[in-house]
Amino acid sequence: MTDAQATLERVTQVPGVKGSLLISGTDGLVVAERLMDGIDGRAIAALAASLVQRLDRATQQAGMPAPTFVHLRGNNGSVLAAPGRSDLVLVAVAETDANLGLARVQMLDAVGRLA
Amino acid sequence: MSDDIKTLTARLADEPASLAFLELGEALRRRGQLDAAYKVARGGLSRYPALADAHDLLGRILGDQGDLAGAFDAWAEALRFDPMRIGALKGIAFLYFRAGDVPAALEHLRRAAEIDPDDPTIGQAVERVKGAGVAPASGSAPSARQPKASVEAPLTPTSHAVNGTTEANGRADHGIMLVDAKGLRLNGTLFSPGNEDVGDRVAAELAGVSKEASRTSRLLGLGGWQAIAVESPEGNLFLVAPTPDTMLLTVRDPSLPMARLGLIAERAAREARAWLESHR
Repeated sequence: MTDAQATLERVTQVPGVKGSLLISGTDGLVVAERLMDGIDGRAIAALAASLVQRLDRATQQAGMPAPTFVHLRGNNGSVLAAPGRSDLVLVAVAETDANLGLARVQMLDAVGRLA
Repeated sequence: MSDDIKTLTARLADEPASLAFLELGEALRRRGQLDAAYKVARGGLSRYPALADAHDLLGRILGDQGDLAGAFDAWAEALRFDPMRIGALKGIAFLYFRAGDVPAALEHLRRAAEIDPDDPTIGQAVERVKGAGVAPASGSAPSARQPKASVEAPLTPTSHAVNGTTEANGRADHGIMLVDAKGLRLNGTLFSPGNEDVGDRVAAELAGVSKEASRTSRLLGLGGWQAIAVESPEGNLFLVAPTPDTMLLTVRDPSLPMARLGLIAERAAREARAWLESHR
């Protein structure tokens, strides 16, 4: 198992996390993924990358360093994104009742080690 | 409908000016009929806007409905009219605990214990808060502890920020800003960590964020988007949409737990909605 796959495995084991993937932040392409059936990894990658890029620009215009974690909360769940170095972004899709605190910690820890 | 609710409903119908709404609202809340309980409490508050019991009741109902920012406001109102209102102190303590601010939760419980040292539930709550250390905050995990000096920060009205007179609160409060869908600032201000006004520049970058968030959330089957929390080493950003065509950005120092920033942002969003309504 590669480092990337081990990382995704650990994040996906958090209760309520439906899947996770490693994407390229610039072009929104999937580098590695571990998703439940029926979840389109390419769509998540493209959308998450685009959203993170916009928020990155807004954060930088606010005079702050690039985001370390992004949480989009929807009515029926969440998208979590942890941008790392080397243009990689770790993304997870979680259910409403997921343990988001644990997912966040795992993701931040994981991107730190992937860098 | 149970007998007690029938009786209380009849009593309130006979004597609309009575305080029966307090019992009726609480009975409905306990039965889980939260919408009905909310209407009863609101009706009572329209007659008795300075009654701490009524604000306390509303706080409990809103808390059960999951409107934590609303519950916070209601309990803060209850304390304004009755600073010794134990239910409100316990309620606010619970909200601080949920937001990951253990010192503030303990401070409110300490005040409650001073008022009624014989209430065993207060001691139990203190033990639970101390034992948990950090609350299982919904949303984001809490981070560093909030400095003692700013424990009461959420109690200060946020309208100052929405109506354009941002409180000078050091740079811990970077500001709050309402922007429209075209990236134009409607109100509020935003400062960089270097104290530069960056409101217009940030507003411009936020132009497409709401649409992007909607698209992402919808296509992933998450329904509409509710909030975006962004962590950065020098500041946390929290975005909500008070209306479909506006966004409210609140930026605070990273020492403020994100879950608590969320409560502040939700309350500010309600004020922003009211402000927008008054300017249409």
